[in-house]
Amino acid sequence: MSIYLNSDSKVIVQGITGGEGTKHTALMLKSGTNVVGGVNARKAGTTVTHVDADGNDVELPVFGSVAEAIEKTGADVSVAFVPPAFTKDAVIEAIDAEIGLLVIITEGVPVQDSAEFWAYAQGKKTRIIGPNCPGIISPGQALAGITPATIAGAGPVGLVSKSGTLTYQMMFELRDFGFTTAIGIGGDPIVGTTHIDALEAFENDPDTKAIVMIGEIGGDAEERAAEYIKAHVTKPVVGYVAGFTAPEGKTMGHAGAIVSGSSGTAQAKKEALEAAGVKVGKTPSETAALMREILQSL
Amino acid sequence: MDLMEYQAKELFAKHNVATTLGTVVTTAEEAKAAAEQIGGVTVIKAQVKAGGRGKAGGVKIAKTADEAFEHASNILGMEIKGLTVNRVLVTPATPPVEEYYFSFLLDRANRSYLCIASVEGGVEIEEVAKTNPEAVRQIPIDAGTGVDEAKAREIVADAKFPAELAEQAVEMIQALWKVFVEEDATLVEVNPLARLEGDKLEALDGKVSLDENAEFRHPDHEQFVDNDATDPLEVKAKSKGLNYVKLDGAVGIIGNGAGLVMSTLDVVAYAGEAHGGVQPANFLDIGGGASAQVMADGLDVILNDSQVKSVFVNVFGGITSCDAVANGIKGALEILGDEASKPLVVRLDGNKVEEGRAILNELNHPLVTLVDTMDGAADKAAELANA
Repeated sequence: MSIYLNSDSKVIVQGITGGEGTKHTALMLKSGTNVVGGVNARKAGTTVTHVDADGNDVELPVFGSVAEAIEKTGADVSVAFVPPAFTKDAVIEAIDAEIGLLVIITEGVPVQDSAEFWAYAQGKKTRIIGPNCPGIISPGQALAGITPATIAGAGPVGLVSKSGTLTYQMMFELRDFGFTTAIGIGGDPIVGTTHIDALEAFENDPDTKAIVMIGEIGGDAEERAAEYIKAHVTKPVVGYVAGFTAPEGKTMGHAGAIVSGSSGTAQAKKEALEAAGVKVGKTPSETAALMREILQSL
Repeated sequence: MDLMEYQAKELFAKHNVATTLGTVVTTAEEAKAAAEQIGGVTVIKAQVKAGGRGKAGGVKIAKTADEAFEHASNILGMEIKGLTVNRVLVTPATPPVEEYYFSFLLDRANRSYLCIASVEGGVEIEEVAKTNPEAVRQIPIDAGTGVDEAKAREIVADAKFPAELAEQAVEMIQALWKVFVEEDATLVEVNPLARLEGDKLEALDGKVSLDENAEFRHPDHEQFVDNDATDPLEVKAKSKGLNYVKLDGAVGIIGNGAGLVMSTLDVVAYAGEAHGGVQPANFLDIGGGASAQVMADGLDVILNDSQVKSVFVNVFGGITSCDAVANGIKGALEILGDEASKPLVVRLDGNKVEEGRAILNELNHPLVTLVDTMDGAADKAAELANA
């Protein structure tokens, strides 16, 4: 089992003909993901040629819209590699087409665009991951994003992280155990799926035995996740927070402090997690060692 | 990007928020001339991107033009929260009858926007929020529908703005909302929002933060970039498209991905505890494509930091392949030639790590040390910086 993404997932790529779209469509196919097509309104009706995991050529159809792609292929996951200026429209199109899961890889999306499409998504059928994220991988089943599929295989650990490269680093550290799902939620101030969403899904996934949660400075998502863990998560959770030595942001005005009541520092986040019973590592390798101990005692 | 007060007020004026622009000057002589022109009592205000200017002595009242000269000469060159004051704003002194607080900002937790409003404004607003939270109203804004006249009226009623000011407040709130959405701001704050003599509502001070991701639709925001207040190495890095922040330590850092680079700073600081307390010298994220040129540009910036004693290159090859990074380091050392004079500790892992390590082993450069793990490499870099 896994969360959000599995071997039955049918994946389309918004922006399949672009440079990043082409590169990562190839990598997703190579990892065994069932990529069934893509979207680019200007190249609708054409196909792109790739190679699947078995080395066979595959012709993927390019559709004019997400709705058409879903109708023709039964796709339930879309991965968007769309430039920042066009991301909001691409997201709204995917939401209107009622795709089940939308992974937005794009970095540099204006935050007000993210706020708008998040508001638009409320009460609709699409789960959003990102923007500015590496996406999601359920090793051995499917990859929707840019996480290298070769780092680690399937296993009992669930991983949720803001950062892409720290996701890779932690998967590498624990590659001998493996993962049900590793999800990079993105580091932007406004993201779709949160730490809390992923924690809830991992708690409910019978194959996930323990959870690694990686955070970084800024905002109070980790503090809120800590409260959630205390109240709702029975599985062991190990945490890591990056940014203890990062320069303190020259925060402006009073508004941020009034709202969160938290300083957003790595120290504050670490303390909040520890107060919720989460063991927090000082470095990625120490964090992995804490998880290793837990896994060996299970 | 955070704006200075005078820049925030320029945006206020552009969207018809009632405010007084005043005159921005860089010398005490100009401050005197501005005060003479304004006439009467003036306020001399330090222009830096930091709060607490008043408490730091950066805001002074001048009764005469000579006093304006004197205050400006004291304030110019002053340091406030590590920032040097290069400009002062000279404005007419308009003592408020009452001070209110108003802001629009991102609400990360609810993935939307928030309005904060209080009729008990002023510099102690954070204190008021703690001791009397009911007096500081937090009003959620739906990002889909925003702030129209009806919403502005709701805010005015909720925050209990005085009835005689209600119409002015409704208008000002809608104008501030325009600043927020049309300029792609992440924060628009007015504190104090002042009730002046004659029941006139005015933004006496303002803070605005703009979303850098939205720069592509705001070419005019370029004018707000303040290069002279930024570290020269940061300016150089920015001109080369590098994501670099100067710090005070001795171990230069290059890595890929913001999270991993932040983590690298932490790991170096921990390792430094055993090596005379050496600290990281910078944050530098070279992102996905570590070409020879990007690596050379990054190394060039770091090696020009005279505080740097050693450099730690920490790359996890995800999409980036380690052979490309190794070739980048090799090419950078060729490009820099004798300029490269400090030891480099390199840790590579992930995509094509064997090929990458082979390239560096073959290069056998006297300055380059290859270490297998992140913790081990941090320790080596800290040791070399403390040598």
